[in-house]
Amino acid sequence: MTSAHGVAVGVAACAKTFADGTCALEPITLDVTRGETLVFLGPSGCGKTTLLRIIAGLEQPDRGGRVLFNGADVTAIPIERRNVGMVFQSYALFPNMTVAENIGYGLKIRGIDRAERAQRVAELVALTGIEGLEQRRIDQLSGGQRQRVALARAVAARPSVLLLDEPLTALDAALRERLRFELDSLLRMLGITTIYVTHDQAEAMALGDRVVVMRKGAIAQVGTPREIYFVPANRFVAEFVGAANLLTARAVNGVLNLAGGKLVTADVNTAGDVVAMVRPESISVVAPEAASLSGQIERISFVGDRQRLTVRGTIERPLLVDAPNTLNLKIGERIGLAIDPHAVRVLPGERP
Amino acid sequence: MTHRLFVRLSLLPLAVVVVAFFLLPMLQLIITGASGDLGLSAYAAILFEPRYRATLINTVLLAAATTVATLVIATISGLFLQRHRFFGRAILVAMLTFPLAFPGVVVGFMIILLAGRQGLIGDVTLLLLGEKLVFAYSIAGLFLGYLYFSIPRVILTIMAAVEKLDRSLEEAARALGARPWAIHRDVILPALAPAIVASGAIVFATAMGAFGTAFTLATNIDVLPMLIYTEFTLSANIAMAAALSVGLGLVAWAILALARSFSGNTIAAAG
Amino acid sequence: MGNRLSFLAQLALTLLVAAFLIVPAILSMLAGVTANYFRGIRSGLTLQWVMQVWELYADTIVRSFAVALITLAVTLIVGVPAAYALHVRGGRLARAVEEIITLPLAIPGLAIALALLLAYGGLSDFRRSSLFIVAGHVVFTLPFMVRSVIAVFALIDVKTLDESASSLGASAWRRFCDVIVPNAVPGILAGSLMVVTLSLGEFNLTWMLHTPLTKTLPVGLADSYASMRLEVASAYTLVFFVMIIPLLVAMQIFADRAGRQVALR
Repeated sequence: MTSAHGVAVGVAACAKTFADGTCALEPITLDVTRGETLVFLGPSGCGKTTLLRIIAGLEQPDRGGRVLFNGADVTAIPIERRNVGMVFQSYALFPNMTVAENIGYGLKIRGIDRAERAQRVAELVALTGIEGLEQRRIDQLSGGQRQRVALARAVAARPSVLLLDEPLTALDAALRERLRFELDSLLRMLGITTIYVTHDQAEAMALGDRVVVMRKGAIAQVGTPREIYFVPANRFVAEFVGAANLLTARAVNGVLNLAGGKLVTADVNTAGDVVAMVRPESISVVAPEAASLSGQIERISFVGDRQRLTVRGTIERPLLVDAPNTLNLKIGERIGLAIDPHAVRVLPGERP
Repeated sequence: MTHRLFVRLSLLPLAVVVVAFFLLPMLQLIITGASGDLGLSAYAAILFEPRYRATLINTVLLAAATTVATLVIATISGLFLQRHRFFGRAILVAMLTFPLAFPGVVVGFMIILLAGRQGLIGDVTLLLLGEKLVFAYSIAGLFLGYLYFSIPRVILTIMAAVEKLDRSLEEAARALGARPWAIHRDVILPALAPAIVASGAIVFATAMGAFGTAFTLATNIDVLPMLIYTEFTLSANIAMAAALSVGLGLVAWAILALARSFSGNTIAAAG
Repeated sequence: MGNRLSFLAQLALTLLVAAFLIVPAILSMLAGVTANYFRGIRSGLTLQWVMQVWELYADTIVRSFAVALITLAVTLIVGVPAAYALHVRGGRLARAVEEIITLPLAIPGLAIALALLLAYGGLSDFRRSSLFIVAGHVVFTLPFMVRSVIAVFALIDVKTLDESASSLGASAWRRFCDVIVPNAVPGILAGSLMVVTLSLGEFNLTWMLHTPLTKTLPVGLADSYASMRLEVASAYTLVFFVMIIPLLVAMQIFADRAGRQVALR
């Protein structure tokens, strides 16, 4: 892994209300460390793209908001002079230029001479794996190729921060997965401070050093992918970042009383009415007789790498359980459920 | 230079040209209209003065007749051409849209060739009926002339609208048992209605303001544009000519604005 | 059976209309090269009428081209930057401006000409020059150029291209030259064809604005219809057709190509 490049980015109380009155962002304060890849994750309309554009300099925050690069206030500086590299959702490649000209455009603006430009373009072409395409026009490229050209172009002039607005959304699912992997290696190799926007939670967790989950213009949680996944701060994050079973129950001495039995949590002091979360993959199927929790299989979905069961009778709602794909189960069968107490996450502050 | 400044500078030449050569002159026109003997009431003269009112009614009737005839013919032909593929179709479409750029003068000449003293129709009727039918220089000739430049325009618009029709609605109607006539009445024509109304408005506004055709056919056909022309050049009644022009302009603009609320985009009268 | 009958009836109507439109045009083209229209083709084909037209009206033909080209130059310089500004700015102001520049299309040419005469008739040098006619033509053709360019901007998502060029550091002028204009060329070309075609055929405005020394081709045509024999008038019309049909065909080809590009996107 290369050393960190780029600037540290700070967002201080940046809010955004548009001319027609819609409030796209509540005041957000955030810090991005140098060389870190930070992902803004959330459903459409949550304000993630607006925040990205404010950091880029394409939008101005409401009064009082500031954007800082390495501690210096850049809020008044327009995007042309912020030295950012931006990849747009539609890639925005210039149809009137070849691939090589596109990639070299930022360098041309900065007055780099032809020979040096050609060398740098060649470097980037090799880095992004698009050798042979240099003289092609944009409409002759596939989606995946365009994405790589967009990235090469953004990175060519050595920006201080790389900003990606849903770069994989325009591609089909199979391609997306393959490119996600390549994008990840590339970002790690470049080591530039990167801010990445997506609505796809798998992408966010695969690529991000930290993830900022957003909802309705505000931050729902900031943390590493593991933190977000295993220790969600609230209901929204729990349900957005993966499948989640949410149970409401009365806890006594750290044990939840459920319709289908008892569930032991890791914290003995848990008491009162709580909302807890358990992920389907943390639940194991065992023989019903010995288990403290049991239920009846209502539906089985064979997804390929696992079977997703819908189990009735455990809690007031159907419970989602991921069982190994080799297990022979039948609808109507009674099964026992074993759950590691540490896999039970009691959501603080959520009232049943 | 900031982006905002650049945007503002980009609009500057446009502002200068439009103000100097359109807005100010139009203002001058409106003021002149009220500067004659009748003053501001010159603007009402179009409705109250019998001679002007007769011309107005003439013009409106002619424009209305043109509109109805054009819409009927162009809708039938437009639907037919867009929905059927046959040998020679492309040539037929080219023939029908070819007169699109003809100025009114040329259209007038076409009508003279058809229905004038040496015209084709005159020759044919002479052969068949023993008498030469000449009607180019009357209001019938003018009507034909208006059809001549209106039909190509509307056919193109209709054909474009027909192409955008959602075929699945017709298929659903067929599945429910509707015969072709019912499908046309209940599905196709309602769907084409915005295009038909918008085109009809353009035809009407263009016919109201058309000058070249009437000028070529005769200077004594009683339509509004000819009246304005004679007031200005022959009677030197500049104020009246100005008032009538403003009135005509307002009417044409109002009709097109109405049509825009049906079609949703800006459309133009020309000719 | 009913279907077949209906098909034939519609075909018949369409053919009748097509004949109505085309026959006089063909007649006029033939008459322009026939020695004697009254006796028809039997009297022989000749170019004498075309020659006569050139002798009488060469200046109108040249002047029409000159006016059209100058009008085009003005609409390009005024219209292309304005289209960019309007598209980028958007909002109510842009819509209002577009409304205003489109007004001349709703108002009869006669009225606009009258307005120009009242406003500038007193500036005799200007009034007597061809530039007076150019002014009228510019007012009338400008909305076509502006709309054509705005249409292509929307198609190629010029706003995002602009943003991406600015993210790479290009100033506003630089972006305009390197990215905006090159990608607007289809719209600029289509608009140019439209402007030239409209200018060449414009009569209503030009008739009121012209002087005996600043006649354009359509003005000459009106003259010839009134005072010349049929063959000469036809030959003159033929010259007009020859000028205008290649432009119409070019516009059609352009429109087809643009339509296909949209489909491919």
